[in-house]
Amino acid sequence: MTARTLAPWIGKRALGAVLTVLVASVLIYGALRLVPGDPVLAVTSGRRLTPDQITALRHAYGLDKGFAQGYLAWIGDALQLNLGRSLTYQTSVTSLIGSRLGVSGLLIAYSAVLAIAVGAGVALVSAVKGGLADRIATVAASLTTATPPFVAAIVLLSVFAVGLGWFPSTGAGSGLTDRLWHLTLPAVAMAIAAFGVLARVGNAAFADELGREHVTAARSRGVDGAALIRRHVVRNALGPLLTVIGVLVASLFVGTAVIETAFGLDGVGSLLVTSVSRRDFPVVQGIALFGVLLFVVVNTLVDLALPFIDPRVTVGGPRR
Amino acid sequence: MTLTIPALRARGAKRRRRRPLAVTLAIAFLLAAAATGALAPLLAPHSPDATSLLDSLAPPGTAGHLLGTDSTGRDVLSRLMYGARLSLLAPLGVVLLSGVLGTALGLLAARAGGWVDAVLSRLMDIVFAFPSLLLAMLVVAVFGPGLTAPICALAVSYTPFLGRVVRSVAIQEGARPYMESYRAMGFGELRTTVRHLLPNMTPVLLAQSALSFGYAMVDLASLSYLGLGVRPPAADWGSMISQAQSAILQGAPGSGLIPGVAVLLTVVSVNVLGEHIGGSIARRGEGT
Repeated sequence: MTARTLAPWIGKRALGAVLTVLVASVLIYGALRLVPGDPVLAVTSGRRLTPDQITALRHAYGLDKGFAQGYLAWIGDALQLNLGRSLTYQTSVTSLIGSRLGVSGLLIAYSAVLAIAVGAGVALVSAVKGGLADRIATVAASLTTATPPFVAAIVLLSVFAVGLGWFPSTGAGSGLTDRLWHLTLPAVAMAIAAFGVLARVGNAAFADELGREHVTAARSRGVDGAALIRRHVVRNALGPLLTVIGVLVASLFVGTAVIETAFGLDGVGSLLVTSVSRRDFPVVQGIALFGVLLFVVVNTLVDLALPFIDPRVTVGGPRR
Repeated sequence: MTLTIPALRARGAKRRRRRPLAVTLAIAFLLAAAATGALAPLLAPHSPDATSLLDSLAPPGTAGHLLGTDSTGRDVLSRLMYGARLSLLAPLGVVLLSGVLGTALGLLAARAGGWVDAVLSRLMDIVFAFPSLLLAMLVVAVFGPGLTAPICALAVSYTPFLGRVVRSVAIQEGARPYMESYRAMGFGELRTTVRHLLPNMTPVLLAQSALSFGYAMVDLASLSYLGLGVRPPAADWGSMISQAQSAILQGAPGSGLIPGVAVLLTVVSVNVLGEHIGGSIARRGEGT
């Protein structure tokens, strides 16, 4: 792989990512136009607005213009981090999301670390040991994959918060240690389903590498134990694991909606839920755009990182 | 397969492994859940909406309330039975809709090829980048709470799962000699695809649909749990858990845990079933 073949490939991937975000943003903007009747009346149902506010809203959504013009105005503002104003909070959507990003970001990072550490660890042990350990890990993985996050949340709440009283049941706490303590149960609840996926994919990747000829060859050369696992198994299995981690981290963002609601946390996820039920459309659009952007950026970065981690990954067809 | 020689099939049947216990249990549970939902008016000991504040939060095992009562004294067992209806039918709707969409688009992409394939594959990638629950919440924001709009949104969201698999299988199968021979006999593209290609893909479709059912169930129950799905007095398992939230914090988790376990067992069952079907495809593939 040379820089000459790599650069066009990176360009192509980046272009694809931009295209995906653009089409998704048209969808997010266009959703408002799907509302039967007058979108502004539907969006503001149940709230009394002065005629001035309604005119301002029509203008803000670009409803006084055609679809293309309205979209261009909206996406132009969004590129300058102006996502409009919330209908219920009367503040800018960007600052609303920004003020809640800290809690959600820490929650996502915390649960990602838990899921990756435990999932990859269990996958490695079960692939190396095989037998009973492998069977237990397989059952645990399929049970946790099937556990809906809200079920995990209420079980953890009733056992560790209400029953044993080890952890608080609501709130995000203040200061780093207190916050981590408050976020432990929510992070575990989010990590449970992710753990199952990682354990499965990891196990398949590790077992696949263990059965390959280069591992047997290394064994016959006398490479054994930790060195064999680290240098010949884990390194080669990183590719598929990293791909799954990319999808998982991005999907954890959506998972915060359920978990933050269950544990009474003021994050982006719970903001999304309250905004959807109050039909606070600018906030919903803003968070949806942010979510899609996060998903695409994380997955594109993972894709771009693969050839650097594993030189065997070829870009754009077979290597010469 | 259409061209399997009878003698081979008979020998294969004899060698077929016994159905694993987990698969039998999964089928039994799903049938039981569907039956209790269908026969809820006959089986339920109480009306699902009959409140009785005197009997509120009775623990499971109470006389007259086998699974206890919720915070307004409604019988959990009866609500579980009636809740099975929406909890099972709504994901089924998603699976059927996305099944039709995914199969049609996947076949179209595979058989048409060229720019049609390129555009459809790109579109599927884009839909794939939209997390399903996020899309469902977006349509709830537009159309208000309810299940119809989220069912349609989730169906669109799951279409790539099936569409990608159908496309790749259709490309593989399309290159096989039997498809070539049908074409040589002068059968039209549409007829060979629908009459001969599609039946051979049924196991793949079933396996993928079972997995989609599990995802759809979790997504729809999540929406109801968040108060964005079914509207009271209608109830599904997700909304039962949502209404039990305060009782859980008061230390009476029964009315929330029981529907939670029902969701969990259903999802485990369809996953076991889907993997079993998928596994038998893989085994058959090794044999040929």
